[in-house]
Amino acid sequence: MTTAPMTTGTTETLSVVVEREIPFAPEKIWRALTQPHLIEAWLMKNDFSPAVDHRFQLRGDWGSVDCRVLVVEPNRSLSYTWDAMGLESVVTWTLTPQGAGTLLRMEQAGFRPDQQQAYQGAKFGWQKFFASLEQIVAKE
Amino acid sequence: MTATHDILFRTLADPTRRALFERLCRDGEQTVANLTAQAGISQPAVSKHLGLLKQAGLVRDRPQGRQTHYSAQLNALAPLIDWTSQMTGFWQSKFDDLEDLLRRMDQ
Repeated sequence: MTTAPMTTGTTETLSVVVEREIPFAPEKIWRALTQPHLIEAWLMKNDFSPAVDHRFQLRGDWGSVDCRVLVVEPNRSLSYTWDAMGLESVVTWTLTPQGAGTLLRMEQAGFRPDQQQAYQGAKFGWQKFFASLEQIVAKE
Repeated sequence: MTATHDILFRTLADPTRRALFERLCRDGEQTVANLTAQAGISQPAVSKHLGLLKQAGLVRDRPQGRQTHYSAQLNALAPLIDWTSQMTGFWQSKFDDLEDLLRRMDQ
């Protein structure tokens, strides 16, 4: 198993890539990526359906993510929009058979650097941000 | 901690400066007079705090007539916010959960 985090930044967009060799067949991983009760077990509560243009929500303790299915290629590729707290991006899963297992790649892309502020402000709130700031300063 | 971080932390550690900065973030550009009206301190004190916020790059001033308008510069916070590494951490932890699930699943 390898984990290869990569981040690339340009002036226009940012992306996050996580890639891992997983010792299971693509078909099994595909089920975990596309069946709502399985998605809930590893990601978040949801009303996902593997149909292009289907709109769904992922709901976590901290809020929800609005999504729309863009690409469904069973056992190969799944892509959906991921809009959370003012931040619009696209999550793309790619499954590539590798030996007895699968190379699973997740790329989340499309953030503009200027969206980061909105995201951060909404996610943590200024209060939390400044509370941790005070703790750091207090340690000096 | 880098020098940039240090200046940002020190500048925002003060509750009055933080309140001024938050107000500008929330309400947009404001005159010193407007800010003073709600700050509960004198105008010279507000100006002094705004000067320190400006030195840290957190606000920008724009003179207009006899008034100076201040606005928040959110980009100044960018060094504190490494968004991509946060998201990478999120997904790595989700990959862990996914693998745990796959091990528990039939077939």
